[in-house]
Amino acid sequence: MIGGLFIYNHKGEVLISRVYRDDIGRNAVDAFRVNVIHARQQVRSPVTNIARTSFFHVKRSNIWLAAVTKQNVNAAMVFEFLYKMCDVMTAYFGKISEENIKNNFVLIYELLDEILDFGYPQNSETGALKTFITQQGIKSQTKEEQSQITSQVTGQIGWRREGIKYRRNELFLDVLESVNLLMSPQGQVLSAHVSGRVVMKSYLSGMPECKFGMNDKIVIDKQGKGGTTDDTGKSGKQSIAIDDCTFHQCVRLSKFDSERSISFIPPDGEYELMRYRTTKDIILPFRVIPLVREVGRTKLEVKVVIKSNFKPSLLAQKIEVRIPTPLNTSGVQVICMKGKAKYKASENAIVWKIKRMAGMKESQISAEIELLPTNDKKKWARPPISMNFEVPFAPSGLKVRYLKVFEPKLNYSDHDVIKWVRYIGRSGIYETRC
Amino acid sequence: MTDSKYFTTTKKGEIFELKAELNSDKKEKKKEAVKKVIASMTVGKDVSALFPDVVNCMQTDNLELKKLVYLYLMNYAKSQPDMAIMAVNTFVKDCEDPNPLIRALAVRTMGCIRVDKITEYLCEPLRKCLKDEDPYVRKTAAVCVAKLHDINAQLVEDQGFLDTLKDLISDSNPMVVANAVAALSEIAESHPNSNLLDLNPQTINKLLTALNECTEWGQIFILDCLANYTPRDDRESQSICERVTPRLSHANSAVVLSAVKVLMKFMEMLPKDLDYYGTLLKKLAPPLVTLLSAEPELQYVALRNINLIVQKRPEILKHEMKVFFVKYNDPIYVKLEKLDIMIRLASQANIAQVLAELKEYATEVDVDFVRKAVRAIGRCAIKVEQSAERCVSTLLDLIQTKVNYVVQEAIVVIKDIFRKYPNKYESVIATLCENLDSLDEPEARAAMIWIVGEYAERIDNADELLESFLEGFHDESTQVQLQLLTAIVKLFLKKPTETQELVQQVLSLATQDSDNPDLRDRGYIYWRLLSTDPVAAKEVVLAEKPLISEETDLIEPTLLDELICHIGTLASVYHKPPSAFVEGSRGVQHKRLPARAGSGESAESPEVGQSGTSEAPPAVIPSQGDLLGDLLNLDLAPATTTVPSVQPSMQMGAMDLLGGGLDSLLGGDIGGSPSMGAALGAPAAMPAALSNAPAVGGGLGDLFDLGGGVGMPTGFYVAPKTLFLPAMKAKGLEISGTFARRGGIIQMDLSLTNKAMSVMTDFAIQFNRNSFGLAPAGPLQVLTPLTPNQTIDVSLPLGTTGPVMKMEPLNNLQVAVKNNIDVFYFSCQYPLSLLFVEDGKMERQVFLATWKDIPNDNEAQFQIKDVHLNSDAASNKLQGSNIFTIAKRTVDAQDMLYQSIKLTNGIWVLAEMRVQTGNPNYTVNRNKESCQ
Repeated sequence: MIGGLFIYNHKGEVLISRVYRDDIGRNAVDAFRVNVIHARQQVRSPVTNIARTSFFHVKRSNIWLAAVTKQNVNAAMVFEFLYKMCDVMTAYFGKISEENIKNNFVLIYELLDEILDFGYPQNSETGALKTFITQQGIKSQTKEEQSQITSQVTGQIGWRREGIKYRRNELFLDVLESVNLLMSPQGQVLSAHVSGRVVMKSYLSGMPECKFGMNDKIVIDKQGKGGTTDDTGKSGKQSIAIDDCTFHQCVRLSKFDSERSISFIPPDGEYELMRYRTTKDIILPFRVIPLVREVGRTKLEVKVVIKSNFKPSLLAQKIEVRIPTPLNTSGVQVICMKGKAKYKASENAIVWKIKRMAGMKESQISAEIELLPTNDKKKWARPPISMNFEVPFAPSGLKVRYLKVFEPKLNYSDHDVIKWVRYIGRSGIYETRC
Repeated sequence: MTDSKYFTTTKKGEIFELKAELNSDKKEKKKEAVKKVIASMTVGKDVSALFPDVVNCMQTDNLELKKLVYLYLMNYAKSQPDMAIMAVNTFVKDCEDPNPLIRALAVRTMGCIRVDKITEYLCEPLRKCLKDEDPYVRKTAAVCVAKLHDINAQLVEDQGFLDTLKDLISDSNPMVVANAVAALSEIAESHPNSNLLDLNPQTINKLLTALNECTEWGQIFILDCLANYTPRDDRESQSICERVTPRLSHANSAVVLSAVKVLMKFMEMLPKDLDYYGTLLKKLAPPLVTLLSAEPELQYVALRNINLIVQKRPEILKHEMKVFFVKYNDPIYVKLEKLDIMIRLASQANIAQVLAELKEYATEVDVDFVRKAVRAIGRCAIKVEQSAERCVSTLLDLIQTKVNYVVQEAIVVIKDIFRKYPNKYESVIATLCENLDSLDEPEARAAMIWIVGEYAERIDNADELLESFLEGFHDESTQVQLQLLTAIVKLFLKKPTETQELVQQVLSLATQDSDNPDLRDRGYIYWRLLSTDPVAAKEVVLAEKPLISEETDLIEPTLLDELICHIGTLASVYHKPPSAFVEGSRGVQHKRLPARAGSGESAESPEVGQSGTSEAPPAVIPSQGDLLGDLLNLDLAPATTTVPSVQPSMQMGAMDLLGGGLDSLLGGDIGGSPSMGAALGAPAAMPAALSNAPAVGGGLGDLFDLGGGVGMPTGFYVAPKTLFLPAMKAKGLEISGTFARRGGIIQMDLSLTNKAMSVMTDFAIQFNRNSFGLAPAGPLQVLTPLTPNQTIDVSLPLGTTGPVMKMEPLNNLQVAVKNNIDVFYFSCQYPLSLLFVEDGKMERQVFLATWKDIPNDNEAQFQIKDVHLNSDAASNKLQGSNIFTIAKRTVDAQDMLYQSIKLTNGIWVLAEMRVQTGNPNYTVNRNKESCQ
């Protein structure tokens, strides 16, 4: 298991060091600094073995978090733990920075003592932790409160405490998708997938039992076969094939496996209910058509057309097209029909920004790039043209069908709950080779 | 609330100030002071001097302050064991506190203090806490048992904590169960043979129930533990799989990977025709793909594991090629791993896409990545025959870019393509030759030379090309030198008329001016081949080469199986067994996949004797494209490379051998000069020998006859058969036997006698690991059933490449023989002379040098009595057993024989034998030397 955990600043100075196992000595702290942080070459692996000691590291801005072990630990678990550690710290004091860590080092030690025992991760849900690890110091609790804490930390529903009350029962569902594309210069889709998340903010009283439904092809086909009133032909079109999905630990996985129904008792506040991935029938919101022509050895002509491909009534926002330029670019002239375009020498790219664009429209940019003559034999690698945008629909076609809330003990019913649903599609890695 | 100020106090006298503050009456001030102490501790300052003062602050109601003091204690208690005792009372008291959080905190901290006296006091509170009413305290106490075990294993056993811990597996609280499982698994790891984690269907059921309810981390502990269980049959295996599959949808990647591990392992037991087997295979793919959308570090772990899974069960991900396409922004470690998997998944169906991708990658910036991409194109060509042509043209395009490392890499892989598809793509040779000058890496140069040599007849100026390399022969790396030597010999055999000079030049460079024994050996072998029988030389050197296999870089199957059992862990990331990077006893146990039930491979009918051959790993070509492989396959056996060969000077200096040569042996001055002079004469004789082989052949050809005209050596000595296994012990099977070495092959001659009443069939044999790695090279050939009272004689060929383990005595061999009745074991001893190899004749100078180098400690002396032979006859007789006489001299009516022996594992034994005429006793001094 994890033998020790260190946090360093960008210079390699130790901010936090907590050793859990006897086989990890103080020299491990220095070994990591010398061999990884101060290493001359770029890090080639997130796992490093130095003198039979293994170091796992992740970086958040310029802070290094390193877990150390001498055993054959579960590597995936160590990284998951490090990410979790970052989440917990962010939930407690915001951004992970040197200043914040120094300001909260006592708290961090307290957290580390709680969520990692002898190198074994323990309950690390912030909801539960915040009930008894606070920055204010613990007020003397009553006996009931204490046992409530312990049963929550160790209990089956570790992510939610009892006795939550809201005057207004409300919930927000955000379907956030990032659409990823790799397209060949000829317009052939090399790979495309949507990775989506359903993020929920719940402000519900008591211990509500929730059921979430979406237009999952498997569920809808099953219902269709069941001979319900649904028109199978119609619903078949509207359903989507989900390649794979993963759920927050509150979701009863065995129930999903057997019935494909998503039921759970939600944590209080904001959390990620599920993640999913689709690869079929993706609506690609934009198409990029590049044209690069080399005119002699010192000039490049670039023309890029973008086409929006969704309902004309919808508006895409924050559109940005990034056209890479060679390293020996000396000057660029740009003409664009819409938005603003600029050559950014420091980024070696022409950045074209458009604030808004409706569906089924087309826009174009053309640029002339002057090059300095070089005798460099190596050809320019021609990085792909990348694009950023935000659209108000889900490119995968996912629709929320229902989210039912049942709380038998308290006197509110499903339709007393105010529910909000929002769809946002963003570009992930949306690239077209040129 | 800014704690950062504590980091800034660095002035002198700080310790003194802190001391005062710690003893202050004001609570706030105390707390401030402790925080400062912890801050100094973090940055590595020694604040152990404050130990008593900090411990004094322990008695407090303030939980935050208490935690800080505990933190300090955990760090410094070990360096101040006596003072740490001061804290014991508070700990014991805290363990009784009404607040469960404090009880747990106390027991958690106490376990981290590695001081013997404190651990003694820990036992009672721990016992109470393990039975505490509050689950939070119990789950903390469960881990504490593991801590205590790490400090004092005996104590834990004596106090019966292990039983209490086992009881906790049935606890009502899932987190307590999970921690108990984690603690037990860890303790069990350090006792490999204890039945601590007594996994039976009942406990498994409990674990599977807890799996649905506990935290994500607990699920990992339980799944990792489940993976160590071996189900009784395929039904149980299936039911566990069914209950584990829902975990594949967990948001935590580690839970998913651990579930994959359990499924991959238990799948081994499921019959392949089962519907469920197919369903399971389909269910595995999506979660594995989803892992690739995790953060890059986790992607890396996932990819390393997918690499293993793809090798074990390629069918799972065969349709998922696209997700492994490299993204521009992927970190380099993710890119390299993806590339590896892409090649493994490449097939006829997707090769077009893969090639298009690889071509893109070959223009990227990162040198390692580009090289790997180019190499990948070559591997695709070898793997998918239909794509070979396209691959070759892609490679040619890349060569046109003239980017130095791309060109070199491309040439290396093209060489492999030639090996795979001989006589198909030679048209590209011209393009390759254009780039000759830009090659500066040994591997690329060697590859190019190989190509020139191999296709010498089609390259008009092959001799010029090779000659140009020859100029700087001594500056080249060994790899290139060896290749150049072979290539020129090939050229000579193909175009003998124009290249005589060249071949002489390279042979003399290789044999006389080189210090490298490999090169010298190969030089001499060619030389002799050419001089004795050019036709044979042609047959050998230009022999049809075996095609290289398709799959490359595969992990050896047994290691792969072991790594599959370690999915998700560091072992799977390093692709090494845990024993390779973990110290001590932990993790040294080798895990194995369970055997498939119900199939023909079950434990019922294995051919014990065949296991050695039938499970031979698929031939794997080394990824670096070892060019040497084509040379008569000689280089494939590593041991032969170190054999010093007999120089031609032996024959030339034959006169000296008994006289002057021996003086030099005695005098210590390596008398190299006279014999070397003679050797120099050899090249001059070469051309003549070649054009006029029969006539001159006699001279040079004799070199092979190492007997040197002393007469035919007598055969290998074979001891009479002895009884290995009496019929009494083996239910009527009697085995007697002996060992022999015939024509370089070790054989075990066995007589099997059936003294029972019934017929015996299904014979098989297997050896335990032994000192020299002896292992059956084939199955035990008993083809007909052995009827009662029948005796059958069999010869079992033995190899020496089996697993090695030192035995006592050294030549002990433990054998298992199986028939239709039972398995029987016996042990026997083989004569060491069995292992003396035919090429054990050491070159004289080497002998002399080695003899002097061997320390006296390695020397043993003994006498052989009652031998009525003169020295020549003895030497002759010994040669039959591969004990070679290197030199002989006569001093004071005593004949001294200097002899060398080489064992199969490359160890040399040098001996000096003193034979006194008329005295039947021989004295032998033996020196031993290891070659490595």
